Amino acid sequence: MDFLRNSVLTLIVFLPLVGSVIVMLMPKEDTKRIKQFSIVWSFLPLALSTWLAIDYWIRFLAHGSGGMAYDVNLSWISALGVNYHIGADGLSIPLIFLTALLSFLGVYYSTRVIRKRVKEFFVLFLFLATGMFGVFVALDLILFYVFWEIGLVPMYFLIGIWGQAKDRPQYAAMKFFLYTLAGSVFMLLAIIGVYLSTGTFDIIKAAQIGVWTDWPLAASLSFWAFLIAFAIKVPSFPFHTWLPDAHTAAPTAGSVILAGVLLKLGAYGILRILLPLFPQSFAQYGWIVALLGVIGIVYGAFVSLAQTDLKRLIAYSSVSHMGYVMLGIGATAVALNMKGQEGMLKNATMAFDGAGLQMFMHGIITGALFFLVGVIYERAHTRELAKFGGLSTMVPVFYGTMMFAGFASLGLPGLSGFWAEFFVFRGAFGIVPVLATIGVIGIVITAAYILYRIIQSVFLGEYVAKKWDHWTTVYGKHADGPTDMETFEKVTLWPLVALMILLGIFPSLILNFFNQTAVDILSRLF
Amino acid sequence: MNASEIIRWLSPELILLITGFVVLGADLVMRRRDEGRTAAVIALIGLVLALIMALLLAMNNPATIVASTFAVDPYSSFFKVLAIIAVSLVVLSSMDFMKGKSRYLGEYYALLVFVTLAVSIAVSATNLLLVYLGIEFLSITSYILTGFLRNDRRSEEAAIKYFLYGASAGAVMLYGISLVYGATGSTDLVAVGELMKAATGPEHLLGVAAIVLLLGGFGFKASLVPFHQWAPDTYDGAPTPVTAFLATASKAAGFAVAGRVFITAFPQFTPDWMAILGSLAILTMTVGNLTALKQHSVKRMLAYSSIAQAGYIVLGLAAYNPTGGTFTGLNGMLIYLFAYLFTNIGAFFVVLAVERYAGSSEFSTFKGLGKRAPGLALLMTVFMLSLAGIPPTGGFLGKFYVFAAVVEKHFLVLAAIAAVNAIVAAFYYMNVIRLMFFQDSEDETPLQVSSGLNLSLVVSAVMVLAIGILAQPFIAWAVESVQMVNTRGF
Repeated sequence: MDFLRNSVLTLIVFLPLVGSVIVMLMPKEDTKRIKQFSIVWSFLPLALSTWLAIDYWIRFLAHGSGGMAYDVNLSWISALGVNYHIGADGLSIPLIFLTALLSFLGVYYSTRVIRKRVKEFFVLFLFLATGMFGVFVALDLILFYVFWEIGLVPMYFLIGIWGQAKDRPQYAAMKFFLYTLAGSVFMLLAIIGVYLSTGTFDIIKAAQIGVWTDWPLAASLSFWAFLIAFAIKVPSFPFHTWLPDAHTAAPTAGSVILAGVLLKLGAYGILRILLPLFPQSFAQYGWIVALLGVIGIVYGAFVSLAQTDLKRLIAYSSVSHMGYVMLGIGATAVALNMKGQEGMLKNATMAFDGAGLQMFMHGIITGALFFLVGVIYERAHTRELAKFGGLSTMVPVFYGTMMFAGFASLGLPGLSGFWAEFFVFRGAFGIVPVLATIGVIGIVITAAYILYRIIQSVFLGEYVAKKWDHWTTVYGKHADGPTDMETFEKVTLWPLVALMILLGIFPSLILNFFNQTAVDILSRLF
Repeated sequence: MNASEIIRWLSPELILLITGFVVLGADLVMRRRDEGRTAAVIALIGLVLALIMALLLAMNNPATIVASTFAVDPYSSFFKVLAIIAVSLVVLSSMDFMKGKSRYLGEYYALLVFVTLAVSIAVSATNLLLVYLGIEFLSITSYILTGFLRNDRRSEEAAIKYFLYGASAGAVMLYGISLVYGATGSTDLVAVGELMKAATGPEHLLGVAAIVLLLGGFGFKASLVPFHQWAPDTYDGAPTPVTAFLATASKAAGFAVAGRVFITAFPQFTPDWMAILGSLAILTMTVGNLTALKQHSVKRMLAYSSIAQAGYIVLGLAAYNPTGGTFTGLNGMLIYLFAYLFTNIGAFFVVLAVERYAGSSEFSTFKGLGKRAPGLALLMTVFMLSLAGIPPTGGFLGKFYVFAAVVEKHFLVLAAIAAVNAIVAAFYYMNVIRLMFFQDSEDETPLQVSSGLNLSLVVSAVMVLAIGILAQPFIAWAVESVQMVNTRGF
């Protein structure tokens, strides 16, 4: 057991890379074996991360602790003091699980719908997982940066090669790459700054030593360099413009990973690195993060409402929903400034919890929504809302699944999205009441675009056959009208729906992870 | 110091010298019956022997001065190893590429060996006159190699351009040397350093003038803006293996010499030459990158990119910090150059493979390469990512080290400009990947790559990744190589 505990994170990170190399060595004509292998192989991290979550629960959460575990700390580049230092706590374990789940479902779904350049697709998709897992476990800034950048390359290919020609995938891929790179180059300079100030790249050690405590200007500059890099990834308003292009152009599984996991990397980076390393600067500028979050919530929701393309609508809804995360994080940071006030630690913890929950729930819900867009797009080959209408009677299973995902997205109590929003606002009201109040507007508009734009315009009303007559089955054969979800689509989507219901009823299953770690991190800052 | 010791210190140079003549002799015997194959093999054997000797010297040598003009120290050994590796790869790739392009292949390989010797002499020189002789030796052999395709007018044009610029740059450098000699009465770097120590007022101005003039020569070799005008046409017109040499080893020699001369002979002027080099770095990065954006051929784009890269490399000297601990600037320059060597050689070799097939390296010839030659396209992707500085490649490590030196010196504006440049550059590097994988070509015949070229491509790619992932030994070596220059001044 100890052996597994020492190596589980390394296995989760590098198994996909090994799988990617194995697929690369397989003959490209043998698509059937490539697909089978990819499914089996991508299940391994999912199994390991499930075990990881249970093990952590039993050994830590059950005893009221949310500290760092599964540490591995080996010297990598000794001249620089760069270590292969990895570990996981209640903040990262749910996100590791989310990554494993969405990667597995993405691989499974793609084996059924990817028809061109099959081998390359799975090589890249597995490779991508290594980059994402790596970010969630890295505790060394250089290691973090390496994984951060590694994830860019396969996503660049996924968007560029398997995007639909009319969505300008090459443009979107380049935009995605350059935007993220623009942020991360400056982050690299800030990482160097942290090293020059503390003499270490270790995130935990640097937090103990304190970064640029003697030079506030350098602290501010480093803080902003990190923040902008992360805000681009989140993406927070006004750095969000790459998102609709990339999400729309990417193939279905790529969009799922983009929205479900890649966006979380930025928010995770803020909580993992900025909060402990720059508590003073963050307390000072936290309100800006919260403000950007609120702008994102409201602006993203309004823009979603105005979309005519289903996929673009959901893409913009991500801007809005990630705004909740930013609001929660910003409020947590602002609370650091009000240490004296009673109940402030509790407020901050709740805002932190809300941000964490929203990351996880948004991953599941938007993941499901993008899969659902894939379902209809594979049949209709259009995503124009105006071409649909009255589909509820034609495709009842699809309709029902969409209802669950949509209602979870708008925060209906009883489904998972509700708890995330509840905790964000419950925490934020005690810290930044004005901003939180404005943010609530976003919930109303979210309800509007989910109900009015998606549910009503796609499913309700009368089905008019001549509105759109290019229907096929999901396998590309001609069909007279929309056909309902196939088994593989149900297998992909229903686990996510089940999670929405389960976590709607028992949010503590996930909340416990975030909460204990929030207490652990914040008690050191308060 | 007895004769056998001297022979030991000079063994890489002696081996190269002998190899060069043996290659010529062998060619005489073979009389071009085998299209230069024998010559190439002998050259390779000689280069490998010289590499072994240089590595041995690099591993266990104290700084030794031979005849007061020639230092055998870790610093020079580093650059010798670098140059010998570069030329070996160039020879490997030439065996197929040059076949049938010239009747004088024996001379071609002999010149490649001699050009390595020239780099060895230049990087070891501790006397301004030998510096001049070394650089001129390097230039003259390079001119001939550049114009080696006598039936190709662009090759001729490239050589003439290179020669005209080189001759002027050499004259300017010589003028700088004469100023130094006039001021101090010496051309020995250490002696000049001592004598210039108390320079103030007009003497100080004279020193700065000498630095600028010397930089004309070094900057020409390193293709720093504004001494770069020759580079695009020369890189474009020269036989591609020669271009790979010019863009790596020859450039490294320029940086090596500049580092040694400025640090040893002008220690009191450090703020001056750092400021000059910092401005040149900004110019070089920006001009190189902005012009590279507008190119339509991969080879030409790489030519401008290698100008831009020179701007990053010189950051190491512009942020020179002998007491800096981890980041002395100079060690960053060495790491960068070593990673850049394999990256750029690899990139030019991919161009060579495409060119051999398609006749040019226009962007359109790279379309669909991911399908026609997946292996080649994958390697090119590694090289492009390394040039863009994406981890875990060697290019990332190099950028990291020079950026760190700049940040440590608190040159924040310089760091910001360099960072913005890195983003701009990423665009055109990623663009090559876009062409190879996202675009389809009408022609879908698979591309064949000769075995020599294949070997050098794989070696380059493996090294690019090894430097980035197993960074420790490379860093340790670079750090050791600059220690003596930093502390003792030669």
